[in-house]
Amino acid sequence: MSHADPLSPLDDDAVEAAVLEAIAAFEAAGDLAELKTARLDHLGDRSPVALANRSIGGLQPAEKADAGRRMGTARARLQAAHDARQAVLEAERDERVLREETVDVTLPVDRAPRGARHPLEVISERIADVFVAMGWEIAEGPEVEAEWFNFDALNFGVDHPARQMQDTFYVAPQDGATASSGLVLRTHTSPVQARSMLERGVPVYVAVPGKTFRTDELDATHTPVFHQVEGLAVDRGLTMAHLKGTLDHFARAMFGPEARTRLRPSFFPFTEPSAEMDLWFPQKKGGPGWIEWGGCGMVNPNVLRSCGVDPDEYSGFAFGMGIERTLMLRHGIADMHDMVEGDVRFSLQMDGVV
Amino acid sequence: MPRIPLGWLAEHVELPAGTTAEQLATALVRVGIEEEAVHPAAVTGPLVVGRVVELTPEPQKNGKTINWCRVDVGPEHGEEREDGTRGPRGIVCGAHNFGVGDQVVVALPGAVLPGGFAIASRKTYGHVSDGMICSARELGLGEDHAGIIVLAELGYDDVVPGQDARRLLGLDAEVLEVNVTPDRGYCFSMRGLAREYAHATGAVFTDRGLPRDGEPAWRPGEAGFAVALEDTAPVHGQPGCDRFVAQVVRGVRASAPSPAWMQQRLTQAGMRPISLAVDVTNYVMLDLGQPLHAYDLARVAAPIVVRRARAGERLTTLDDVTRTLVDEDLLITDSPGGDRGGRVLGLAGVMGGAESEVSEQTTDLLVEAAHFDPVTVARTARRHKLPTEAARRFERGVDPQLPLVAVRRVVELLVEHGGGEADAAVTDVGEPALPAVVTLPLDLPGRLVGVAYTPEQVRETLVEIGCVLGEEHPGGGRHAVGAVDVTPPSWRPDLLTPVDLVEEVARLRGYDAIPSILPTAPAGLGLTEAQRLRRAVAGALARTGFVEVLSYPFVGPHQYDELGLAADDPRRGGLRLVNPMSEEQPLLRTDLLVTLLDTARRNVARGNEDVALFETGLVTPAPAPAPAPAPVGGVRPADEVLAQIVRAVPPQPRHVAGVVMGDRERAGWWGEGRRGDHTDAIAAAQLVARTAGAPVTVSAQGAPMPWHPGRTARLELPDGTLVGYAGELHPTVVEALRLPVRASAFEVDLDALLAARPSEPVQARPVSTFPVAKEDIALVVDDTVAGAELLAAVHDGASGSSAGDVVEEVRLFDVYTGPQVGQGRRSVAFSLRLRAPDRTLTAAETLAVRESAVAEASRRCGAELRA
Repeated sequence: MSHADPLSPLDDDAVEAAVLEAIAAFEAAGDLAELKTARLDHLGDRSPVALANRSIGGLQPAEKADAGRRMGTARARLQAAHDARQAVLEAERDERVLREETVDVTLPVDRAPRGARHPLEVISERIADVFVAMGWEIAEGPEVEAEWFNFDALNFGVDHPARQMQDTFYVAPQDGATASSGLVLRTHTSPVQARSMLERGVPVYVAVPGKTFRTDELDATHTPVFHQVEGLAVDRGLTMAHLKGTLDHFARAMFGPEARTRLRPSFFPFTEPSAEMDLWFPQKKGGPGWIEWGGCGMVNPNVLRSCGVDPDEYSGFAFGMGIERTLMLRHGIADMHDMVEGDVRFSLQMDGVV
Repeated sequence: MPRIPLGWLAEHVELPAGTTAEQLATALVRVGIEEEAVHPAAVTGPLVVGRVVELTPEPQKNGKTINWCRVDVGPEHGEEREDGTRGPRGIVCGAHNFGVGDQVVVALPGAVLPGGFAIASRKTYGHVSDGMICSARELGLGEDHAGIIVLAELGYDDVVPGQDARRLLGLDAEVLEVNVTPDRGYCFSMRGLAREYAHATGAVFTDRGLPRDGEPAWRPGEAGFAVALEDTAPVHGQPGCDRFVAQVVRGVRASAPSPAWMQQRLTQAGMRPISLAVDVTNYVMLDLGQPLHAYDLARVAAPIVVRRARAGERLTTLDDVTRTLVDEDLLITDSPGGDRGGRVLGLAGVMGGAESEVSEQTTDLLVEAAHFDPVTVARTARRHKLPTEAARRFERGVDPQLPLVAVRRVVELLVEHGGGEADAAVTDVGEPALPAVVTLPLDLPGRLVGVAYTPEQVRETLVEIGCVLGEEHPGGGRHAVGAVDVTPPSWRPDLLTPVDLVEEVARLRGYDAIPSILPTAPAGLGLTEAQRLRRAVAGALARTGFVEVLSYPFVGPHQYDELGLAADDPRRGGLRLVNPMSEEQPLLRTDLLVTLLDTARRNVARGNEDVALFETGLVTPAPAPAPAPAPVGGVRPADEVLAQIVRAVPPQPRHVAGVVMGDRERAGWWGEGRRGDHTDAIAAAQLVARTAGAPVTVSAQGAPMPWHPGRTARLELPDGTLVGYAGELHPTVVEALRLPVRASAFEVDLDALLAARPSEPVQARPVSTFPVAKEDIALVVDDTVAGAELLAAVHDGASGSSAGDVVEEVRLFDVYTGPQVGQGRRSVAFSLRLRAPDRTLTAAETLAVRESAVAEASRRCGAELRA
């Protein structure tokens, strides 16, 4: 852009023409670089408008005010036109950059391998939480256990069938020793009943999730190593009604508000009266129904006596159920093998949903 | 477990007509008798009596001869003739033990026999065979497949063609099998089950176990067949036999078939009919619950002596197994040639001997019903693996008032169906203990069950189950309503204490009457710290990509061989099981890794190769200190005995172990993956330690098998205590277990970490808002200097400068080896973040820190500042 004659700040028409020309140039700029060129041409130090503006200093004093006003207006219009165009072009550029940076966010991002808790452990913790919420504590005991805790203290006579070889893993005596070791792999979590009463005294309210052992071959529904949760409450004035209330609450906590329990007379050496408990299982395959869930009863006075508790003053209840069975019921697990073989696919599929 | 033919049960208790097995089960479960199974009718469809009217033997090309028979199966089932009348059916039969005129059992087309064997008309041997003539085995009535059933031989004389043979043979009814708990031996009988049904429903019960015609339950002192009870070694002070009743019957057709109705009931109850003598004793046992034995009188020499075995004595039992007896076995013996008790006739209450067994020739019988000690019988049955019907009843307790009633009943049935005559005299020796009186506080049932039973309801219930109520004790003190003396009935040896009676009250009054009340426990303390941290550790590992698994704790020496453990390695010395699941794995694990690696191997074999596993569990690293005493229960052991028991249980620390195999970061569209290695294992171990709050350091002092000696970190507490290892597995182990190369692992004693947690709350440092100063230092050291040592030196040096406590972090970020630092040397670079709590650090202070760090590294590790 060049003019044969410099623009006169007094020439109204010429100034207007220069302004329009500049505005047209700004509007014509297709990107920020072109706009920059147009700005230098029309607003730069060497632009006609700038030169005209600078020439005002050499005018007659009477003309200065008029020229100053004209040029001020012209420059303001130019600047406004430039800025408007710049804003448009910047917005266009920003939009383009974002568009160009777009990636496929649906591509898998599984760079880190997945881990998972074992469902049996997760459900054990959940069960523990239910009892902790009732004010109970979580007790534990050894897996290699003294026969006395596993049997004698629990009113299993020495000739009780459960003490025989077909159920119980016996620990061999030390090399050279002839006497029995007096140790077994605990066949149930119930020895912790005795340990809890002896260690904690009464009243006592404890739940005991843990590993237990019986000499059953592994098949779809049996495993020699399995998990139980035991509950024991000993206090003044406890009755079977409290047992029932606790079981009902536990059932609801695990299986939803529809769940409840039913007691049927049964027999266990360490409880009297004893009961089998059935669970009303709302999610049962083929429709809601009763399912065997575990055993329970009022702690046998002989057990209380073994643990130094006076049965005339205290009474208590105890219950136990298999955690595997609870998990199988809840999640439709058909085969025990999946739970015990340690195949990662089992735990991974259950991650977060137990 | 007992099966209950409904018609049989109805002889003892009023049973509404049309009662189904399912309804019976529903009633019995209320009083604690659980359904085991409902056995469907053995045969469905038409099974009828047929008379053979024609029989034509037809030799076949294959050498066999078949019989082409025409069998009259009655007007309803006969073959339709052209004139619309019905006549005999044509049936091909391969058996030859029958002839024209015999009545047989015919399965007609549409019948389904046991095992799902469906009968249809079929063409065979040139005929259309329109049904099947059945053998006993085909009907599930026994093992006899030699010939077909000739009904007259079974004693079915008054049957006619076309009659329903399902009903006749007891093959038409569903039969309920129930599960009886060990305390209720009397329910191994129709008598007991009928009583329970009456308890459940209120139906009228008739006790057929009581003596009839005014006879007393005992007739001691009479001079029947001589019997002596001579137990010189009672178990737990209980004589092995406290009552023995016997009676002789002469001239009986002992091996004749038993009557049809008896065979039918036995079949329904799951027993195979054999002969009159055997069937009658079995029948009365199932009916009343008293096991019985019939001896061939000709082969028994008086007196019978009941005594313990002498070590080394032998007996061939009815199952034709010769058994060596031990001195605790209780025996029935006789006295041939005056040798008193010299010959063994049987294992008391378990199984008879083959020698005195009733045979084809037997006409004179000695019928025995005795009362044996449950423990003695149970031990013998288990010792010789003979869980017989008799043993099952005796070990649960049999009514000691039954023997005479049962013998009378057997004799009556023998004479009725086998002819002959009973000797008048009955042997009845011994004196069983009477049930002990139990004093029951009348409010105890209510106090334990939570239902407000009235004293009257309690008394009524006890009488209903057969108790005799005696003296009433007036109330006073806590038992305001008083107590009553209760004599339990003879058939309930399980009712020994007041709570046993409480259960009876609760059971008969119904468990469904018990309300549901949630008890209020005293406020608890929540999970223990150990429990919380264990969860946190497992959660942390799972969230960093480890999958939790569980493995069995059983291991065998071959597994330690695979791990390359030396022959004398203490980890091989786990506790040994007397009766392991597998002889290959008789030991309990002393660490987790041995079984976790097995799980790892299984995963790899199934194609799960890029995985990280972990397990938390108890291990038994040390042998048991001393045998654990087992004092009798029911009384609290003395403190020192209790302490001895507790001490005898070996320590079982909780470990956590993990294995890293294959890629730890996966390859993908983003680029390459990264193979897991020792660093992942060490990081996981450190994560465990950090989560547990334990100050664990790593050192490089090598590690035993199965670890890679140069790539395994020893994990230590500040005092140097070893708490685990983390690193790569030894290449030979990786190869032996077929794991991916560079497979790495860790195992840590979680209990040791928890014990090392600071016991006092750790005090927090204030978070400074002054600017951070960053310094990098590169040091050159001999490459024998462990990184951890150099890092510690730099950290300690920086912390000990004149600038004071300003070290925020010292991070070792680079290791360089190469020509610039020379052979056997390496350059290690650290970045320091320094910040004071109360001021901006000056250049002089920063320099002081740097110089102090370099100086300490130089002093401790011979480090030089890299030029």
